[in-house]
Amino acid sequence: MTNFIDRRLNSKNKSTVNRQRFLRRYKNQIKKSVSEAINQRGVTDIDSGESIVIPSRDLSEPTFHQGDGGVKDRVHPGNDQFSTGDRIPRPPQQQGQGAGQGDASDSGEGEDDFTFSISKEEYLNLLFEDLELPNLERNQLDKLIEYKTVRSGFCAEGVASNIDIVKSLQGSIARRIAMTSSKRKQIKALELELRALNNDKHDNIQRKRDLIAEIETLKGKIAKVPFIDTFDLRFRNYAKQAVPTSKAVMFCLMDVSGSMDQATKEMAKRFYILLYLFLSRTYKNIDVVYIRHHTQAKEVDEHEFFYSQETGGTIASSALELMNDIISERYNDNQWNIYGAQASDGDNWADDSPRCQAILEKQILPKSRYFSYIEITQRAHQTLWKHYQQVEESHTNFAMQHIKSVADIYPVFRELFKKNTQSAA
Amino acid sequence: MTNSQNETIQKANVTPLDDTPDWTFDLLGQYQHEIARVADFYRLDTYTNQIEVITAEQMMDAYASVGMPIGYSHWTFGKKFIQTEQNYKRGQMGLAYEIVINSSPCISYLMEENTLTMQALVMAHACYGHNSFFKGNYLFKSWTDASSIIDYLLFAKNYIAQCEKKYGISEVESTLDACHALMSHGVDRYKRPQKISLDEELKRQSERAEYLQSQVNALWRTVPKKEQQENEKQYKFPKEPQENILYFIEKNAPLLQPWQREIVRIVRKISQYFYPQKQTQVMNEGWACFWHYTILNHLYDEGLVTDKFMLEFLHSHTNVVAQPEYNSKYYSGINPYALGFNMFIDIRRICEHPTEEDKEYFPEIAGSNWVDTLHFAMENFKDESFISQYLSPKLIRDFKLFHIHDDSDNNYVEIGAIHNEQGYKKVRHNLANQYNLSNIEVNIQIVDANIDGDRALTLRYTPHNGVKLGNSKDEVLKHLHYLWHFDVKIIQEDMSGEDKVIASCPQKKEDD
Repeated sequence: MTNFIDRRLNSKNKSTVNRQRFLRRYKNQIKKSVSEAINQRGVTDIDSGESIVIPSRDLSEPTFHQGDGGVKDRVHPGNDQFSTGDRIPRPPQQQGQGAGQGDASDSGEGEDDFTFSISKEEYLNLLFEDLELPNLERNQLDKLIEYKTVRSGFCAEGVASNIDIVKSLQGSIARRIAMTSSKRKQIKALELELRALNNDKHDNIQRKRDLIAEIETLKGKIAKVPFIDTFDLRFRNYAKQAVPTSKAVMFCLMDVSGSMDQATKEMAKRFYILLYLFLSRTYKNIDVVYIRHHTQAKEVDEHEFFYSQETGGTIASSALELMNDIISERYNDNQWNIYGAQASDGDNWADDSPRCQAILEKQILPKSRYFSYIEITQRAHQTLWKHYQQVEESHTNFAMQHIKSVADIYPVFRELFKKNTQSAA
Repeated sequence: MTNSQNETIQKANVTPLDDTPDWTFDLLGQYQHEIARVADFYRLDTYTNQIEVITAEQMMDAYASVGMPIGYSHWTFGKKFIQTEQNYKRGQMGLAYEIVINSSPCISYLMEENTLTMQALVMAHACYGHNSFFKGNYLFKSWTDASSIIDYLLFAKNYIAQCEKKYGISEVESTLDACHALMSHGVDRYKRPQKISLDEELKRQSERAEYLQSQVNALWRTVPKKEQQENEKQYKFPKEPQENILYFIEKNAPLLQPWQREIVRIVRKISQYFYPQKQTQVMNEGWACFWHYTILNHLYDEGLVTDKFMLEFLHSHTNVVAQPEYNSKYYSGINPYALGFNMFIDIRRICEHPTEEDKEYFPEIAGSNWVDTLHFAMENFKDESFISQYLSPKLIRDFKLFHIHDDSDNNYVEIGAIHNEQGYKKVRHNLANQYNLSNIEVNIQIVDANIDGDRALTLRYTPHNGVKLGNSKDEVLKHLHYLWHFDVKIIQEDMSGEDKVIASCPQKKEDD
């Protein structure tokens, strides 16, 4: 008795649960690996998973097993040179054969690291695990409205260049048919009568002449109906339609003065990644502009942004000015949704802070969808914070948050979503 | 009547079976039918076959669950799956052609990607080779119950899932981790287990949970001080050293929850289910290889399979039973397929064409009926005894086996024996020992639970040939401590005959 069963269509993911268990179990190691990996990947690189490395000794499952020492007797195949009683110097380290492959060791699979890949979702979940990502799908950020002209039927008035010939001629034919039909009927009737008279044996000359004249008059009237009339003209109609623009630009502003250490930058990097992630759910094209500043601001590439170290004082307004310049130069605020994210440790030259406030209020905020400021510091707030607080009170598209640890990043986004989301209707 | 296959040869007038590379269920059925007929001719007694065709990914799933068709959820299976997947994707390993489960009906998995020839090979190998071994070998007969294993695994899976819901994934996971660490010490080596059916198991489970807890409480009940002092001298618990650590924990750990006891039991049962497989690797694979080789050759002799089929089959077959030599870069110990296959072939040769040497070494089987002899060998041995009974001098010469004696006190290793007249028995003896589980697995037993005192659990490690206990002992003790909840320690007798603590948990500075 034998049964064949085709199981190929059964689900193949029997091990999914176990895989999840594995991730759960090694969360700490995996998170460590993720944090290390974050240094190696770009802010905008959010579409790929991540390769995770865990030291294999962390993964081993211990059992009682035999260790070193003592007497071991082994049998091997393929004797090609030995005779009984030969003594061979012990190979260094483990006993075993010259080529390696010591089969006597059952202590594990060696010390190679255990490497495997996790998917994008798993990666993001781990990255922002403490942040409790909101359900992004349901929310949609407000978008800048752009208008597009689209065809919308025909109308009776318009400029000559928009005349639609086919439609106009159709109108003309209809009008001509409508205006001449009664006369044609009369002509038909008269012609019938004329034919009857012609067949008549009597000469009805007078009557015939009258009839012919009448027909001629009617034909003349028909001919007078104009071929085309202004009434016939039809023009292509256009309407403006609102289209949300799918372009966004994200400005990353960061203080790189000596007081910002690498850990602080890493925290800021997470903040930027998160912001980018949020924006990428709404916008198709996102430009990212990196502006770093100490006493002067400079637009740089991502690597330099995060990893070059500068010293010196801090003038935050320089970065805001540069941002403003770049906006007017490259990102027309009618077409681009502008987002700003500034990270700093709060240090700023005291006299400069009012200036920052001014630039923000007058220049940047009116053009921006949103501007967020995070201060990553353990110390007391300084002047910049106080001035920004005033900005926050008067502007709805400005949020600021004090971040002490990674776990604090999320509230900023809560703010952002509270103010800027609408349920996707 | 002779048993030579030659008598069945009627090559003429037979239409060979289709040998296109692509298989269909129809063709599988035809091959299966012929293989079954030949298997019956050779008196292979099998469980009903259930042949399941699966994809490569499903095969990886099957790998991950270490051959259990239904496994409970645990991270270690996830780890195995990820490892398999990684290796497979990188092309570092191919997947096995088949996996076969010791159950009734006997489930065999065939991979979709196999060619028709491979499917035929796999059917002969798994569905008739392994299957008849499961049914016939004494170890499997006495240790496993093929008809109930699937039900039991299902019970285990559901029970553990239930526990996770009730007590949290983390708690269950820690318990399972602890049990897995002690898994190979969950078998009664010297006692025969009783068979259990699922119904019984379910019925007994809830009663047992309550009963056990009450028993334990009684055992640990505070006894008035005077009585305790009187009892102290006579009462030693356990009375005899216990080798089945998990069983001891299940029955006696004072603070385990009832559900934890059940989990300990589940792991113990599964460990027991796999116990025969550990001890019969060479025989089991050798038996299966011998039969796929013999059955398919028989079909070839009958003219049922074509030359094309045979060439592909032999190509795979020789790969499977290849034995790299010790200095080859592919060498990783003795290939159980190679050793087992050649031993069975050799037994048949001894029966059919014995030499003088064979008659001297194997007087009782030389010239006997080979089918009878083979069946007898399959049914009544395990690797260790099989090798010490049947490894012939000819095979030792063919494999050029040699024995290395490695004493850690010397800075050299010594060739103890080679494939010559003086060495045969020594090589055979040592090779057999290499498969003796009691030499491979550490001998560690519970000797005292100190139930009148601090309830510290003492285990004794008895070294084999002076081999030390491996480094992971401290880690394992942590797991044991998790189950026992009180101090645990391992002692070992040192040179002077005094017991010395070699590991303890929680770790203590003073070794006393």
